[in-house]
Amino acid sequence: MSMTGEEKKRLAAAACRVRMGVIESTHGAKSGHPGGSLSSAELFAYLYNKELRIDPENPKWDGRDRFVLSKGHTAPGLYAALANRGFFPVEDLPTLRHTDSYLQGHPNMNTVPGVDMSTGSLGQGVSAACGMAKGAKLTGRDEIRVYTLLGDGELAEGEVWEAFLFAAHYKLDNLCVIIDLNGLQIDGATKDVMNTAPVNDKMRAFGFEIAEIDGQDLDSMDVAFAAFHANRGSGKPFAILMTTVKGKGVSFMEHNVGWHGKAPNDEEYAVAMQELRAQLSELEG
Amino acid sequence: MSDVKKIATRDSYGAALVELGKEHDNVVVLDADLAAATKTCVFKKTFPERHIDCGIAEQNMIVAAAGLSTMGLVPFASSFAMFAAGRAFEQVRNSVGYPHLNVKIGATHGGISVGEDGASHQCCEDFALMRSIPGMVVLCPADDVEARAAMKAAYEHEGPVYLRFGRLAIPVFHDEENFHFEIGRGEVLRKGSDVALISTGLMTAEALAAADELAQAGIHARVINLCSIKPLDEELVLKAARECGRIVTCEEHSVIGGLGEAVCAAVAEAGVACRVKRVGVNDEFGHSGPAKEVLAQFGLDAAGIVRAAKSLLG
Repeated sequence: MSMTGEEKKRLAAAACRVRMGVIESTHGAKSGHPGGSLSSAELFAYLYNKELRIDPENPKWDGRDRFVLSKGHTAPGLYAALANRGFFPVEDLPTLRHTDSYLQGHPNMNTVPGVDMSTGSLGQGVSAACGMAKGAKLTGRDEIRVYTLLGDGELAEGEVWEAFLFAAHYKLDNLCVIIDLNGLQIDGATKDVMNTAPVNDKMRAFGFEIAEIDGQDLDSMDVAFAAFHANRGSGKPFAILMTTVKGKGVSFMEHNVGWHGKAPNDEEYAVAMQELRAQLSELEG
Repeated sequence: MSDVKKIATRDSYGAALVELGKEHDNVVVLDADLAAATKTCVFKKTFPERHIDCGIAEQNMIVAAAGLSTMGLVPFASSFAMFAAGRAFEQVRNSVGYPHLNVKIGATHGGISVGEDGASHQCCEDFALMRSIPGMVVLCPADDVEARAAMKAAYEHEGPVYLRFGRLAIPVFHDEENFHFEIGRGEVLRKGSDVALISTGLMTAEALAAADELAQAGIHARVINLCSIKPLDEELVLKAARECGRIVTCEEHSVIGGLGEAVCAAVAEAGVACRVKRVGVNDEFGHSGPAKEVLAQFGLDAAGIVRAAKSLLG
């Protein structure tokens, strides 16, 4: 069943609010990683407003679905999604990375409500997600689904492939690996720094069922998650490969590797927020 | 001593896992293709569904264990010390230590008593690495009785624990009936006040033998066994420093970063006037050979401890 126009609009607006949170928080922090947070905004919005079975009133609810941000540097995107979903006040986002803030530079499961795993060192989150998925099965709670988001640059970490072997070997069909193929990493284009393509062939070879989508297109995202649900019981882990635009939604950040790990200054902040407010008012009429 | 029962603490590890597995259905064991050597194979035989072989991939194993722990399970991740503490150090630091997850790391084949495999597999750095992680408990049992007791304590402790076990069969000197184990507490095995031999792991049986030899020369050595490298029983260490004035630390580990340095730090910071001699691996790599021969070559035996003690008294 495809999404109604209304639902799509609601999720697009949620994605826009994630983007505003990313700009608010990185501006407030005067550091942080807007580029990859913006490219994954639709994914964060979809997960936290449609896909995940979670309870903001009870963040540690035992039966919840889990999400592990393996590309932990895009914490601004995750925090914005959590705040907008009611896990903590949106007003706290600009305290990101401040000395007395609970919003650590990379996700901290012990200080930030709704964060299921502390991450930041690339390649490790996906292993944790594998352990969670295996744990859900071992404890007879197969209905619990585990999601993890990686970057395409992150795929150069060897541990990622250890984890993918594990996922297929233990038939973790309750695991959904999402890979943000935004094509850029700190030192430049992923194809130039360390080419990880073709990711689709590699994932198939590692025993995954895959869906390839435009990561900014909520309709195809909806279809991909439906395919993940349909894949349950197959004994194969599932991967969503989403092609995205780094810096998406803020004109001067799009396709610009310089915005991987740099915060907007006051002037840039004002322009970015103006653009995003315009996008939001268009969506919300 | 030939009639003394000898058991490798890696065997104690396997046996303790089975015992814990019987008592607690949340115990799961991970291994990295070394189940026959780490002795988790015993657990695998009894509880095949709760034994997770991760293949030769220690980094993923450690973090998968972290993930399992968040689901309410108590994972024991197992490999050789070299790979559990060494190769996967950063995984232990960031995905177990930093979130303070309830993961137990069962590291076998610690130290140079690995023997024939040689330096690549002889981990003498694990205490240093694991001690440096905030909140990590580091245990190194001295015999079978202590190893099994340490496993129970590790299970009951909420938080990360690193346990180091050995490959070599070593004397069982504890009396199980009267043995009480507590994380952070050491034990005085022999009274004396001329010199204190503070030891851990397989060196404790050697320290007891060294104390016998020293006694024949009229030197009364106190023997203290410290399984709990971290937290350290500072009270016991400082009492020994004050009362004996001379300490020989004995460990199958580099003299850098292990028990010796922990004892030195405790004594120095307390301002106790006490000389310390560290018996350990002196900033060098091990090499191949039968375990006993290698240990003797590196001075990690009773004779080496006696030499160190006499050098302090001379």
